[in-house]
Amino acid sequence: MKINFFSKMKKSATITMTALFVSSALLSGCGNSQVSQSSDTGTDSKDAIKVGILHSLSGTMAISEVSVKDAEMMAIDEINAKGGVLGKKIEPVTEDGASDPAVFAEKAKKLLQQDKVATIFGCWTSASRKAVLPVVESNNGLLWYPVQYEGMESSPNIFYTGAAPNQQIVPAVDWLLKNKGKKFFLIGSDYVFPRTANKIIKAELQAEGGQVVGEEYTPMGHTDYSTIINKIKEEKPDVVFNTLNGDSNVAFFKQLKDAGITEKDLITCSVSIAEEEVRGIGAENMAGQLVSWNYYQTTDTPENKDFVTNYKARYGQDRVTDDPIEAAYDAVYLWAAAVEKAGSTDVDKVKEAAKDLEFKAPEGTVKIEGENQHLWKKVRIGEVQPDGMIKEVWSTPDPIRPDPFLKTYDWAKGLAN
Amino acid sequence: MTTKNFFKTPSSQTFLIIVLLLLIAPLFLSVFRINLLGKFIAYAILAIGIDLIWGYTGILSLGHGVFFGLGAYAMGMYLKMEAAHGKLPDFMSWSGLENLPTVWAPFSNPLSLALIVLVPALLAFIIGYLTFRNRIRGVYFSILSQALSLIFVVFFIGQQAYTGGTNGLTGFRTMFGMPLATDNTKYILYYAAIFLLVLVYLYCHFLVKHRLGKILVAIRDGENRVRFSGYDPAVYKIFVYVSSAVIAGIAGAIFVPQVGIISPAEMGIIPSIEMVIWVAIGGRGTLIGAVIGAILVNGLKSGISESFPEVWSYFLGLTFVIVVIFMPEGLVGLVKKYASKITCPIKKRKATEKASSVN
Repeated sequence: MKINFFSKMKKSATITMTALFVSSALLSGCGNSQVSQSSDTGTDSKDAIKVGILHSLSGTMAISEVSVKDAEMMAIDEINAKGGVLGKKIEPVTEDGASDPAVFAEKAKKLLQQDKVATIFGCWTSASRKAVLPVVESNNGLLWYPVQYEGMESSPNIFYTGAAPNQQIVPAVDWLLKNKGKKFFLIGSDYVFPRTANKIIKAELQAEGGQVVGEEYTPMGHTDYSTIINKIKEEKPDVVFNTLNGDSNVAFFKQLKDAGITEKDLITCSVSIAEEEVRGIGAENMAGQLVSWNYYQTTDTPENKDFVTNYKARYGQDRVTDDPIEAAYDAVYLWAAAVEKAGSTDVDKVKEAAKDLEFKAPEGTVKIEGENQHLWKKVRIGEVQPDGMIKEVWSTPDPIRPDPFLKTYDWAKGLAN
Repeated sequence: MTTKNFFKTPSSQTFLIIVLLLLIAPLFLSVFRINLLGKFIAYAILAIGIDLIWGYTGILSLGHGVFFGLGAYAMGMYLKMEAAHGKLPDFMSWSGLENLPTVWAPFSNPLSLALIVLVPALLAFIIGYLTFRNRIRGVYFSILSQALSLIFVVFFIGQQAYTGGTNGLTGFRTMFGMPLATDNTKYILYYAAIFLLVLVYLYCHFLVKHRLGKILVAIRDGENRVRFSGYDPAVYKIFVYVSSAVIAGIAGAIFVPQVGIISPAEMGIIPSIEMVIWVAIGGRGTLIGAVIGAILVNGLKSGISESFPEVWSYFLGLTFVIVVIFMPEGLVGLVKKYASKITCPIKKRKATEKASSVN
């Protein structure tokens, strides 16, 4: 009996010890950054202003988002070199969204609640932005979102520095109708942006006398386009409007070329392919094809010359700049200017100060529209060159007012509420 | 097995200690960490369910994200309807819908929350009936479960107007009228998660300690022998598979209000495999291993990725490799090995003592 009791004691003691060890290791892991957190009291600590950088550094989106993060880091360093904001240095806190919306939500919470950052620069996919949106709204934080997107959104806690649909898709369709023909074939990856973009395109084509002869979606990462290319051959469209994303573009353009279809037979217009993506697809596979953006590496402004030179000097001569990279760079400068103007990093004051704020960006002067926190931007149609650069073939004379809900277009009435 | 015996097994004692620590954690951790821990608890619930079918019954499901997702979507749809205040949820209007689809109609009623368990149960029953009846097992079942996960992800992405597409469901405001953003609600959800964890653990514990548990293990180790002994393994397998799916659904439902989003990314093949890894690391075939594995792996994942955002995935990968090579039985297996080394002589004596008393 005595032995029995003793053994039980010993056994449960071992178990208890291990349990305590495991859980204390866990808790200390959790509380890790809490210790450091207690030392900073808020956004306006003595010598630095913390900002969050929240992009996918791992997973499928890393390939796109790392260069956007690089642009933000460069802007932060440039501003710091000139003395920072409100006389304080900007201190970036980087987090990995890991290409997973739920992780984006978790990390956004962490940045706002633990690190108490003044603002977040981040996201790429709509899914990640939609995941972060309720977090910044409920914590009254700020997010600067640098990528063109499908519109139909205007959060009071998000600034959108990429294009709204009326600054990219709508003018592109308009230009193609006038210059290339009326028969459109729509092809896109199966997710929110292509589906919403195509809804907008279909409504616009219907109103302006165009015609949709085909609409096809393929899963993300799809690489066999022979069936769709056959359909395209059969339907003989004037334009293929392409909203494919990622690797699929490589397969699509290569197979299009292999099928003997060149830009002389069929023009494609892409809205998710910028200089960075052209590098992956191979310029030889899509030279002569069209894209629509607000900025190209070749955009001719004095600001852009410096921007491209600095970016290449910092990250390597083989790197390219493109629209989302530039929009992310602008975001940091716009936030810094708004903070200077407000004299504080307080979110409400920064938002108020940001209204109608202008910035001489690499793409030309951009202005924050106070009503919806998007940017006024010039629209540029470009042609991919054999060297992988994109040459502007047409642009709007002035920046276009952002209209995320397409309220100013009669044909778009049923699209948004 | 009586309640008295429950406290005697070392794994149950460890479970009690973990629950106790979780209960007092809010005294030490910030609201953000508690919220995060709440998410890990949801994963722990899910892991128990996977352990039940994999560790005990030998059914390796690589598509459990589906059941987790279905429970989560059911909860998400309810929260979305509450947030829409009788209007059309936002994503439907920009996807071109004008009226509320019929599948969404019941979700304005809290009773619809029963679907959190009913939908996964029904799906698991259909899948289980068709596969286990036809004696599909082993690697074939695993492949089938992966296909199931793929089908659901593609389907949910494709039906953007009904499911929110890749964006999933997000933008929830309140739950039963309580604003989700407040600290108070977060604590309530955290304790609700602990409560569910205890409930699910007890259910599975009594399941595996009873005669049924012995049959499950027998099916794992020799299904034909079980069949020749006069049992129908299919019936047991369907039952345990449905149980596991229901547990996954419950985990999904407590995950959503805490994390604030559910998207097809959470129900795909990769997260489904990750769920199995938690169980493997903790130690399969021991319910406590699943709990420890899920909380520990996710805690490490969050912790390391915060400290080393650029290279954390390499660290984690390395940890997995080390665990698989050096601890094939998982953490619990390692502890057991050491514990038995210490207590082995005493145990032997005890065993003989017991045997003689029985005789």
